[in-house]
Amino acid sequence: MIPNPQNVQGIVDAMALSEVKGRSLWADARTRFLRNKAATVSLVLLIFVAAFALFGSLIAQWERDFVDFTLIGSNAYKGVPSLETGHYFGTDNNGRDLYARVVQGTGISLMVGMVGAMVAVVVGTLYGATAGYFGGRLDGIMMRIVDVLMSIPFMFVLILMLVIFGRSITMLFIGIGLISWLDMARIARGQTLTIKNKEFVEVAVATGVHPIKIILRHIVPNLLGIVIVYATLLVPNMIIFESFISFLGLGVQEPNTSLGALINEGAGSMQYGTLWQIGFPLFFFVVTIFAFFFVGDGLRDALDPKDR
Amino acid sequence: MSPILSVRDLSVTFDVRKQGAWPWTPAQKLHAVSQMSFDLNAGECLGVVGESGSGKSTLARAIVGTVPSSNGSILFEGADLANMDTRERRVHRRDVQMIFQDPLAALNPRMTVGDIIAEPLVTHEPSTPRKEVKMRVATLMERVGLLPNLINRYPHEFSGGQCQRIGIARALILRPKLIICDEPVSALDVSVQAQVVNLLMELQRDMGLSMIFIAHDLSVVKHISDRIVVMYLGRQMETATADTLTTAPEHPYTQALISSVPIPDPALEKARVRPILEGELPSPLAPPSGCVFRTRCPKVQASCAGDRPQMIDLGGDHHVACPYHAPEHVLASNSA
Repeated sequence: MIPNPQNVQGIVDAMALSEVKGRSLWADARTRFLRNKAATVSLVLLIFVAAFALFGSLIAQWERDFVDFTLIGSNAYKGVPSLETGHYFGTDNNGRDLYARVVQGTGISLMVGMVGAMVAVVVGTLYGATAGYFGGRLDGIMMRIVDVLMSIPFMFVLILMLVIFGRSITMLFIGIGLISWLDMARIARGQTLTIKNKEFVEVAVATGVHPIKIILRHIVPNLLGIVIVYATLLVPNMIIFESFISFLGLGVQEPNTSLGALINEGAGSMQYGTLWQIGFPLFFFVVTIFAFFFVGDGLRDALDPKDR
Repeated sequence: MSPILSVRDLSVTFDVRKQGAWPWTPAQKLHAVSQMSFDLNAGECLGVVGESGSGKSTLARAIVGTVPSSNGSILFEGADLANMDTRERRVHRRDVQMIFQDPLAALNPRMTVGDIIAEPLVTHEPSTPRKEVKMRVATLMERVGLLPNLINRYPHEFSGGQCQRIGIARALILRPKLIICDEPVSALDVSVQAQVVNLLMELQRDMGLSMIFIAHDLSVVKHISDRIVVMYLGRQMETATADTLTTAPEHPYTQALISSVPIPDPALEKARVRPILEGELPSPLAPPSGCVFRTRCPKVQASCAGDRPQMIDLGGDHHVACPYHAPEHVLASNSA
């Protein structure tokens, strides 16, 4: 059955003319996702929030660390949000422009969430898929390591780390990176156990595909649906986690800020009538988190139409 | 002619652990395949039949190498596949390809058909230029009866029969010497079954393939095979040419299997007397002593529980493992 080169060229030419584009499962999922109104609106909101964090500083009238001493003490009536003064969101207790600070806080909070989710997706998926695919003793050892790490009270460890090595945003990222992939590894492993018994994996083994390629080509793409859903649900958890640390005063340090730190400050001055100081950061916080949850829900429905 | 594949005393056992047992409790041994021996000549098609749970698929997987064999040897062109290290084995995999029962499950849902068919080629000849890969995929798709312009489609966009054709194309792209078909048609419609079986026969003839064809449908196996092996509970019961086996079966189990094939004529079907097998397949964890078929055999006698029956050569490439046919028995019945 050696192909005649001329015929083959004809076939290839014909194919180029009439090649039918297939509808991948991803394309199907996109259609289903876009049909989900809440999820689509949330996605648009998220894009707005991200754009606000990225480009919001361009229209800020004040530097985020400029302290307007004239406002100190008279915040409640001079620092109100107004377009004329250029303090769109008002000022904080120290007379700094709240708009510029909310832009930065949103950016840092989103970044914390994204870094946590990225580490979880990359490390957690590969770790879990490897453990699940090879199974046996390797699986046992790898998953017991995860169990051990999980049983450490990480909030306590993180607080210790921040106290010992100094409070910095890098330390916070390291702390979040260390814990965020553990759950993901378990989820990926569990899913791998079902996928590796599918016949297409057996075909690949029988064909002689290298195990690493099998994991990357056959296991991970089929895991990705569940991983993406979990990652979108993980982002808000990471943001909440960072906000909590910042709320305790251990997270992001002045003059930098995050939504958690801003809410903390706003909460402290609520009784003086400066409600905008908690209102604006809280608004962005709630919108981001809700939007992520809705997008995650939408993705789950879109990627697994069978188990709703 | 020396056989392309000769399997000698092949056994596959699985460790089965009781649920909730301690990790150090010894596992029970499940004998899925036990001391199988057969030869396959180049260009020949060997059918394997037996009811569910008789170890047909395990046999196929042991030859393909996705299940480790616990004993015996698999000589493929003189090289023992069963006792090779992983790396060497991986190189040999290109010559033995497999076609699976569930056509859709055997295709990765996230890959395009073109990528699926090309995978063996890309794995074993990674230096092949992309254009040539595509060309070979397209010719092969044409050959197995698929439109080559569907190369970018995904498996879920195809019917069962088409999916099986994709599976066949993938198995053939490296021009292997041996193809193992594990119930390739039992998940398909009857009309599609015929198409796929005919395609397989055609390809086998044209490409000079050797083939092992596993099925529980004796009529399909008879149609495609030159010789047939009958399996029961992981043991070889009878081996003969397709004609001999279907017209003059010697083993009581083969006789029962053949009588279970329905005749497409109600009058004939009603008229015929057939031995009905009582009971279920015994557990492979605790197989009966002696002849494993004795618990259901219509011709069972006391001697069946003794030693494991040996393969007896009846001449004309016809072998049977039944104590009923043992020379001692023949002598005993003569003297009586």
